[in-house]
Amino acid sequence: MTYMEFFGCAFTAFGPAFAMFYWTIMHDPIRIIILIASSFFWLCSLLFSSSLWFIFPNKDWVFFGVLTSIFFQEIFRYLVYKILRKSEQGLRQVTETNSAITTSTHLLSYVSGLGFGIISGAFSLVNILAEIKGPGTMGLHGGNEYFCLFSALFTMCFVFLHTFWSIIFFNGFDTHNRMLVLYVIISHVFVSCITLLNRDELYGTTVSFIFIITIISGVLSYRIAGGTKKSFTVLFQFQRKSSVNIQ
Amino acid sequence: MSLYIAYSRLYYFDIVILAELVQSSRVPVNFQSRNISHRRSNSQQISHDQVATEENQQWEDEFELKYGAEHVIKLFVPVSLCMLVVVVTISNITFYTTKDIYLEFLRAYNVPMDMFTILFFIWNFGVTGMICIHWKGPIRMQQAYLIFIAALMALIFIKYLPEWTTWVVLFCISIWDLVAVLTPRGPLRILVETAQERNEAIFPSLIYSAVIYKSIVVMTTNDESEQVESSSSPSTEREVLVIGASDSEHGESSQQSDNGIQSENQQENNPQFQTATSTTSTQQMSNESKRNAQIITNERPRGTIPTNLTEDKGVKLGLGDFIFYSVLVGKASSDGDWNTTLACFVAILIGLCLTLLLLASFKKALPALPISIAFGLVFYFVTRGIVKPFADMLASDQIFI
Repeated sequence: MTYMEFFGCAFTAFGPAFAMFYWTIMHDPIRIIILIASSFFWLCSLLFSSSLWFIFPNKDWVFFGVLTSIFFQEIFRYLVYKILRKSEQGLRQVTETNSAITTSTHLLSYVSGLGFGIISGAFSLVNILAEIKGPGTMGLHGGNEYFCLFSALFTMCFVFLHTFWSIIFFNGFDTHNRMLVLYVIISHVFVSCITLLNRDELYGTTVSFIFIITIISGVLSYRIAGGTKKSFTVLFQFQRKSSVNIQ
Repeated sequence: MSLYIAYSRLYYFDIVILAELVQSSRVPVNFQSRNISHRRSNSQQISHDQVATEENQQWEDEFELKYGAEHVIKLFVPVSLCMLVVVVTISNITFYTTKDIYLEFLRAYNVPMDMFTILFFIWNFGVTGMICIHWKGPIRMQQAYLIFIAALMALIFIKYLPEWTTWVVLFCISIWDLVAVLTPRGPLRILVETAQERNEAIFPSLIYSAVIYKSIVVMTTNDESEQVESSSSPSTEREVLVIGASDSEHGESSQQSDNGIQSENQQENNPQFQTATSTTSTQQMSNESKRNAQIITNERPRGTIPTNLTEDKGVKLGLGDFIFYSVLVGKASSDGDWNTTLACFVAILIGLCLTLLLLASFKKALPALPISIAFGLVFYFVTRGIVKPFADMLASDQIFI
């Protein structure tokens, strides 16, 4: 029983991430390295924000911790952007001449965003997963029995969100469009603050808001990456060629 | 169980080597160009020689840059596998986290099995490992055994070293690593240099080598794809390709390369002969002016030298590195906090990445422990002390950032 819950939650949370990794990242060594490097940057951002939280006297102000961590995450996202754009010339040398990583401008942002997403998702869920493996289960001492399920759902959304955010954010800096950057920061703050309601188990509100934001960000990043309504319908016609839009 | 005890004395060995492959590939290439130039007139000789070596240099640089990423992944996978074995074992079998009980692996998984079957399997497992590592066997098998040995060694360390001893040992060993590889009289440096001087590989059970066949295929198909397509069969592909490349540099006909392949195949059947010719060819390098030696180089060792070249291609990582990386991650996972394990894992991989980056620029044997272990240690302590409370608070309140 516990294993059922474990696998259900694990696949809910990391299934999409794994699929993206398998189809778009795994075959190219450079992408794997960028993925790991960007997850390392996310780790650094978490390190900074939690050290601030560590010395912060009033531990009841969770709000403050959330804000600082968002601040540091976006700072490090910007750092990753800077580093990747600087090393693009070098990347062109390293990869083969007609590799997708040099021809497509959004590939780097997609890969680094996925790195951010995977590591943040892992950090928020992996301990819960280790707990629900057994021998106990959720909801015994008056706790909510859907705790794990919703955690997994949120994690899945955040993996997506980080990917989309990176695409939008990088494009915002590329095209000097401040609105896009602002959108990323504001939606990040909004989504994270919405999850503060989870303590009161208002899962309905949080889930619906987060899903809406995820879908909006997804559509936005899809358009930024050059997708149109037509290409979206083509995507479902089982032609291999058309599914490489975000790649 | 008794397999890895034999390797315990080797644990500290750790080098990453690209330098070795650079040197060993440079020698035969220069060697060939010299012989060709002897055949030509003196005026052409020097210029051709220079051009050839410059081309080689450039080609090598490009080659390293292009396949650097692949090298990195070729090491990421085994290192991750080794860590995975250690972490899974630690979280599933209590033998390695508690002291003074005997390992009852089968009881831990509740598998009934009689003594003879066990003896049969252990004997076969051990003997196969010995054969694969020290004599010959599929390269995958050898790699698997090396990873397994490193994981077992790491588990033993985790079991018997007290916690703070582990951290101090990790710290000291990475400093020692710096000394041993980089100082002029460091033991590992002497070992690598001796191996390069003698032009032979380092003892196979000391080192994990990630061989890349694909890179060689790609590099020569760029140069001349027609020849390759016309002449190669899949089994002898990599030798053929290298031969083809050396031919194209000196403008010889493709017929001769076919001869080269045939002689190559003969030599594959006759390993003794192969070693004999390769030793004669190294002697030739010292005295280039001998005529009869030249004849041999034009026919025989053409096959043998590139074969050596392909065998040395790829990055190498000492087994000690595997062991200590795994010790760090395993010890981190024995706390029961998966965030710490993850952080250490990512930090070590990034450290390895940086080491390989340095390797590409310095082109000599480098210690692989210091950067990775430093990152790993920093992230271990910081995550355990500072990040864990924050992350736990966020996870239990279901706040996502």
